[in-house]
Amino acid sequence: MTHFLGDLSLALYVASFICYARILYVPNLWVGRLASVLLAGGILAQYWALYERSLSLHTVPYDDLYGSMSLFAWLLGITYLGLELFHRERAVGAFVTLLLVCWIGLLGLLTPRSLAAPTVPRGALFAFHVTLNTWAYAAFALSFILSVIYLAQDQVLRSRRLGVPFWRFPALDVLDRMARSSVYVGLVALALGVSMGFTWEHRLRGTYSWGDPKVIITMAIVGVYVAYLLLSRSANWRGARAAMLCAFNFVMVLFSYTFVNLYLTRFHRYL
Amino acid sequence: MPTTTANSNRSNTVRIRVALIGCNHRTAPVELRERIAFSSQQALQAADELRNLGILEEAVVVSTCNRSELYGVPGDLSPSSGAEAMEDYFTSFHRIPRGDLEGRFYRWSGPDAVRHLFRVAAGLDSMLLGEAEILGQLRTAYNQALDHGATGPVLNRIFQGALEVGKRVRSETEVGARPMSVALAGVKLAERVFGNLKGHSALILGAGAVAEQVVEHMRNRGIGNLRVINRSFDRAAELAQRVGGEALAWESLESVLGAPDILVTSAGATGPVLTREMLERALAARSGRPVFVVDLGVPRNVAESAADLYNLYLYNIDDLGEIVEQNKKARESEIPRAEAIIAEHIDKFEAWRSALEAGTIVNDLRDQFHKHRELIIREKLKDMDDVSAEERNRIAHITEELIERLLEEPQAKLKHGRGMRGRLAGLEAIRHLFGLDEGQK
Repeated sequence: MTHFLGDLSLALYVASFICYARILYVPNLWVGRLASVLLAGGILAQYWALYERSLSLHTVPYDDLYGSMSLFAWLLGITYLGLELFHRERAVGAFVTLLLVCWIGLLGLLTPRSLAAPTVPRGALFAFHVTLNTWAYAAFALSFILSVIYLAQDQVLRSRRLGVPFWRFPALDVLDRMARSSVYVGLVALALGVSMGFTWEHRLRGTYSWGDPKVIITMAIVGVYVAYLLLSRSANWRGARAAMLCAFNFVMVLFSYTFVNLYLTRFHRYL
Repeated sequence: MPTTTANSNRSNTVRIRVALIGCNHRTAPVELRERIAFSSQQALQAADELRNLGILEEAVVVSTCNRSELYGVPGDLSPSSGAEAMEDYFTSFHRIPRGDLEGRFYRWSGPDAVRHLFRVAAGLDSMLLGEAEILGQLRTAYNQALDHGATGPVLNRIFQGALEVGKRVRSETEVGARPMSVALAGVKLAERVFGNLKGHSALILGAGAVAEQVVEHMRNRGIGNLRVINRSFDRAAELAQRVGGEALAWESLESVLGAPDILVTSAGATGPVLTREMLERALAARSGRPVFVVDLGVPRNVAESAADLYNLYLYNIDDLGEIVEQNKKARESEIPRAEAIIAEHIDKFEAWRSALEAGTIVNDLRDQFHKHRELIIREKLKDMDDVSAEERNRIAHITEELIERLLEEPQAKLKHGRGMRGRLAGLEAIRHLFGLDEGQK
C-alpha cells in the first residue's frame, strides 16, 4: 500500500509538473488550476504514504534518512501550494514540482524501501520538533528556488535577451515577496521547532545541549535568515543582492541537513 | 433558414452556401478603404437591403479600419452570380465606379470563406499579426447583425465558430502574446519588474508621441500616479490633462526624480538629460527601490553609464525595437499552431454541414424514385387489365419497399460514414448522378 501511494504521489507530481510547465509556454487558467489540483492530490497521496509507513514502523515517518527526506518533500509541496494560493502566482510551480519529482524519484531509486526496526517512541513534542524543523528547511528550500529564479530573471532583464519563458515568469517584485514569505514561514517553523526541541530535551535530561553542532548551526541559520529579511529592505541590498544572500543561506541549510546530521552531531543523527 | 435549392419540382435539398466578398489592407490602400467603410448603421442597412433584394438570405457586414467584408448566404443565385451581385451592391451602396475597385476585391465561397473568417478572427489576416482588437470588432458586427435579425443558422454557426477560434488561438498559442509595439513593450517590461502597475508611479519626461502611447498603456493598467515634465510647461499641462496626470515644471525635475517607479523619457535634447549621478541620487532617495527607465529619446535622454546602476533597468528605443522584432518572429512561428486550430474548426463546420445536407438529400432521392415508380407503374399496368386492384396494390407496396431498402444503406453511409471528406464527396456524387442540382443550374 505504501509503495502504491508513493508511486501515486510521484505520478501526480509528474502530471502536475507537466501542467505547470505547459502554462509557462501557453497560459491557460484551467490547465493552471489542474496543475494545482494535481499537486494537492500528490501531497495528499504522499501524506497517506507517510502515514502508512509510520503505522508499519510504529513510529514517526522521519526516523531514517528516507522518511526524513520524504517528509521534507511533502512539506515543500505544502509550503509552495500555500504560497501559490496566497500570492496567486503559478509560474514557479514548474520548478518546485520538478524538484519534487527529482527528489522523490531519486529517493525511490537510492533508498531501500525495507522498513527499519521500530524505534523508541519519543512523544508528541519531539515529533513536532522534527516536523517543524523539517518544514523550516522545506520553506528555506523554496526561498532558494525563488531567489534563483529572481536572479535569473534579473539577469535576463539586464542582458535584454528575452526568451519565451521570460514573459511568463513572475515579476521580480512578486518573486521577492514570495521568497520573503517563504523565509517568514521557515523562521517561524524553525523557532517553534527549536523551542520544542529544547523543551523536550529539558524534560528528558534537565539540560540544554547548547554545544551540539546541530544547535549551533541552527542558530546560525536563524541568524542569516533574519539578516536576509532585514537587509532585503535596505537600500544597498534590496533586490538581486538580497536574492543572492537568500540563495547562499540555503547552502548552510544543506550543510546542516546533510553533513552536520550525518557526521557532527550526537543527538540529531539519522538512525 | 439555410438555402433551399430551387430544384426542378419540389426539392427540399438543403445546400449550405457561404459567400464572402471584401477588401482589406493587403488589397486596397487606405484612401480606398475609407471610401468603402460601413458605419454600424450602414452595415445593418446593407444587410437589410441585400436580404430584401434576394441577393442574400443571411448577411453580416464586417467593417474595420483594415477591412470591409460582406459575409452572406446567397439566395437562389449560383455562387458566382451571387458574388457578382454582392459586388454590384457593394459598389452601388458606396457610389463608387466599379472600375475603382477592379482587382481590389477578394471573393471566397464555401470552406474558403469560412477559413478566411476564422483567420480574421485569429488575427492571422491582421496588419499587426495576432492583434486582439479584431476579435472584439467581429463580435460587435455579429451581435449587431444577430440582434437585427440579419443572421440565420448558417452565419450564426460560422460566426460563433470564428469567435471560438479567436479565443482559442489567443489562449492556446503565442500568436497574440508578447508586445508588438515599442510603447507596449516598455510597459510590459515594467510589469516584469513591478508586477501589477496599480499603486506604482510614473514620470514622463518630454511629450513625444510614443511616450504618450506608453502613458496610455500604463493608464489602461491602472498606474497609480502619473506626472509629466516638459521644457514647455504648457505642453506638459496639455498632456497631463489628457492622461489625467499632474504637470510639473522642468526645474523641479531633480527634486521629483526619486519618487517614480517608472521613468519614460522622450525629450528633445542634444545630450543626456538624466545623468548617472542624477539617477544615483534618485535611487538613494528611494532607498534603492528599483526604477524602470524607458528612454525613447533620440539622441538618448539617459546617460549610457546609468545602465549598470544597481536596481535600475534601462531600455532605450533600440532595445525595445529589438524586443518587438523578436516578438514578431515568435508570433510568426506560432502561425502553424493557429492554422491547426482553424482547420479543426473548419472540419467541425463541414461535419455539421454534411450532416444537415445528408438528411435532406436522401429525402429528395426518395421523392425522385417515387415519382419514377408511379410513372412506370402507371405506364406498365395501363394495358394489363387482368391485374386486379389487390395485385396492383401489392405491386405498389413491393416497389415502395424496394425503394426504401435501396435507400437504407446510402442514408446510413451519408450520415455515419467515416470521414467528413468522404461524406461530402458522397453528397456531391449523388447530386451529380441523380441530377438533383439541375433545377438550380
